[in-house]
Amino acid sequence: MKWLATYPERCVGCESCMLTCSKTWFKEENKELSRIKVLQKDSGYEINVCNQCGICIDICPTLALNRDASGVVRCDENKCVGCLMCAGFCPTESMFIADQKDKPFKCIACGICSKECPSQALELMQD
Amino acid sequence: MNKMKLLAEWEYEPVKIQRGYAGRTLYVNVGGFSFKEKPVSEDMKEKFIGGRGFGLKLLWDAVKDTTKWNDPENELVISGGPLCGITQYPGSGKCYTVFISPLTEQTYDSNAGGHFGPLLKFSGWDALEIQGKADRDVIVFIDGDNNKVEIYESPFEDVNAFTVTEALHEYFAENEEDKRNISVVSTGKGAENSYWGCLNMSFYDLRRKAPRLKQAGRGGGGTVFRNKKLAAIVVRKRGIGPTSNNPADLSTLQKVGLKLHKEIRDLDDQQNKMRKVGTPHLNEIMNEYHLLPVHNYKFGQHPEADKIHSEVFGKLFTQGIPDGCWHGCSMACAKAVDGFELKTGPLKGKKVTVDGPEYETCAGLGSNIGIFDPEWIIEANFYADHYGIDTISSGTGFAFVCECYELGFLNKDITNGLELKFGSKDDLMELIHRIGRGDDEFARIVGLGVHRMKKIFAEKYGAPFEVMEKIGMEGQGIEVSEYVPKESVAQWGGYFLTLKGPQHDEAWLIFMDRINKQLPTFEDKAEALHYFPNFRLWFSLVGVCKLPWNDIEPADNVIKYKGIEAAKVPEHVQNYVDLFNAVTGKNITKEELIIQSEQVYNFQRVFQLRLGKGTRKDHYIPLRAIGPVFPDEWEARAEYYDNELKATGIDPEGLTTEEKIKKLQEYRLPQWEQLVDAVYKRRGWNKNGIPTIETLERLGIDYPEVVEVVKKHLKPEDEWEE
Repeated sequence: MKWLATYPERCVGCESCMLTCSKTWFKEENKELSRIKVLQKDSGYEINVCNQCGICIDICPTLALNRDASGVVRCDENKCVGCLMCAGFCPTESMFIADQKDKPFKCIACGICSKECPSQALELMQD
Repeated sequence: MNKMKLLAEWEYEPVKIQRGYAGRTLYVNVGGFSFKEKPVSEDMKEKFIGGRGFGLKLLWDAVKDTTKWNDPENELVISGGPLCGITQYPGSGKCYTVFISPLTEQTYDSNAGGHFGPLLKFSGWDALEIQGKADRDVIVFIDGDNNKVEIYESPFEDVNAFTVTEALHEYFAENEEDKRNISVVSTGKGAENSYWGCLNMSFYDLRRKAPRLKQAGRGGGGTVFRNKKLAAIVVRKRGIGPTSNNPADLSTLQKVGLKLHKEIRDLDDQQNKMRKVGTPHLNEIMNEYHLLPVHNYKFGQHPEADKIHSEVFGKLFTQGIPDGCWHGCSMACAKAVDGFELKTGPLKGKKVTVDGPEYETCAGLGSNIGIFDPEWIIEANFYADHYGIDTISSGTGFAFVCECYELGFLNKDITNGLELKFGSKDDLMELIHRIGRGDDEFARIVGLGVHRMKKIFAEKYGAPFEVMEKIGMEGQGIEVSEYVPKESVAQWGGYFLTLKGPQHDEAWLIFMDRINKQLPTFEDKAEALHYFPNFRLWFSLVGVCKLPWNDIEPADNVIKYKGIEAAKVPEHVQNYVDLFNAVTGKNITKEELIIQSEQVYNFQRVFQLRLGKGTRKDHYIPLRAIGPVFPDEWEARAEYYDNELKATGIDPEGLTTEEKIKKLQEYRLPQWEQLVDAVYKRRGWNKNGIPTIETLERLGIDYPEVVEVVKKHLKPEDEWEE
């Protein structure tokens, strides 16, 4: 299974992961549209990204969420009706919504952000 | 299935939904095969909002003062409302059926989940009006993808719901994937043979690969449906998505919806467990508080009630499936029993998916008829749906029959061989099948409902009418739903001061009134009987479900708010205000929300008046609803009732049980009258229960034809003294 490992203690908060992500998938540098979120906390940073646990698959009423051949949970946009149950029931709240988008979005473990990260806080894993 | 014979077709222009409205309604006459498009005016949106409001407005325009339920001009109107079909907020796929009821002979409205309401709107219609009577069984097909309406000759010899629904999902879908885009309205033979006909509205369950049925159960809509020779109404619309309803402000819908999803995720297991057991979570609560109807409402508790507790049904329901009846309903209460092998009837031996049972069915076709066998209840539930019979009216109706049988008013000669005592499982199941088949005279009489049974049992079998009047649990012609109201004065009103008879969609005040003692005065009770019926009516205008309002509450609801305010769940009321504004682009407040409801509440009250009902005499209450009628009812809670008597200043010492019962009735009946007065005053009605001209003017529903109806009935002696 492919998934993105995070090491928040190494994160420097540069946000390059978020900008790369949104640029890659939504053609726009906009943190709101990133599939990975970095939040500043009192001590350091918190990184919120899907761990591919797949709980959302059974929550989805339209069978829009499925695990692909590499184990990544992906959303079939044609089947998604934007009900947001997946976002509401995600145990790590890593299914995101944004004002401009009518459907939720999540990390699909492409790994591009990990290449951009200057502090090795992200690593694409393959179990 | 062979190709169906097309009898008529009509093409229409596609339309884009604007802020929750298609802006027009569809009229189909199945008698003359004619079709019409009617515009929705701004005034109609303003005063009637949608859903049930549109249904009542269209029905008002379609019928005469003298129209009966089985006249061709009676209509079946189905309408969702402006919020119907949004995918972001739980419970947003409801639609409302409006018609003149065979049971109550006045307007009735009954709601259902399933996908019909949303797909109808997204096909371009805010409402569907069906008028006329066909000369043969027909199927109306609304093809929202190709913008046409077709009427087919029905090929079905068996018009029962599961048969018809399954076949039509198959027939109109191009492939398995396409079945999700279809919804079927159907009923069954039982709806033809009784006045208890329900409507089943389907959605296709993608995981079970089977259509599911949600019921607009009450009032006899299915009976009207079959009287028009409708075998089914089908809608198909592909490509539904998050913005199909074209809301003014999608972002707010998403935020409010996500907030509730999270609340349900975090709190449902601690609160009502709707996601695991659905409404049967009430089974044990009602039993604990003496509210579970047992033996025709004689008792509120039973030692065997643990056999039908929610834990039992939780094990029978398939777990882990998102059981919402419309997209986005994370409350997921549409529970089902899968692989259930039927033991009786025409489908004996077949393995089926059974929708439910809901609480009301567990109580109606369960405790109220003395049956505490979950498997029996599931089987009865299946056949009631399949035959198109309302499980609530039939449950209460059968309970009345059982009591009459045990009192000796009926016997096997009359029932054609059935021993209809409480708990007679085999014979009661056979009674359901006889209503389904329509081949038995006694079963047909039963299916006419308690109101008519009382008269027929007296005239035909010599049963004492005055006793049946006391124990027949009906009001305005329709059976009481499944809660024992005896000990809550406010709930007498919640059931019997309603627009259309004793169902539970107006007010459920028992805990507030009786357990928590938050409504001490008649004025307090009247306020609750003003606010809650109006608040709850609002769901029917916009196309949403009541359950996500208070079957889940914010964790701090009872900390932040007290008493009646807590019962309103203010944060969720605000959700609805926000949703309405986000969809329509309007800017209503929570106070204006109530006024929207009042407009329709009062319009419907005048409509009942127009049809010859709707006055104080129609708000009657049976004695069983306000206290014990027979000694065994008193003695089952002797200490409690003795204390009740003492609280009225009467010493029960030395009185016989019969005398005590009489004394309590003598005390409670005037209380009922006081309640009626207080409620009528609060609602802006005169002493005879008629909305005053001032009330109509205040609400802006003083249309000339409405005022004319009211004026005909206003009398000076019905005015309140200053």
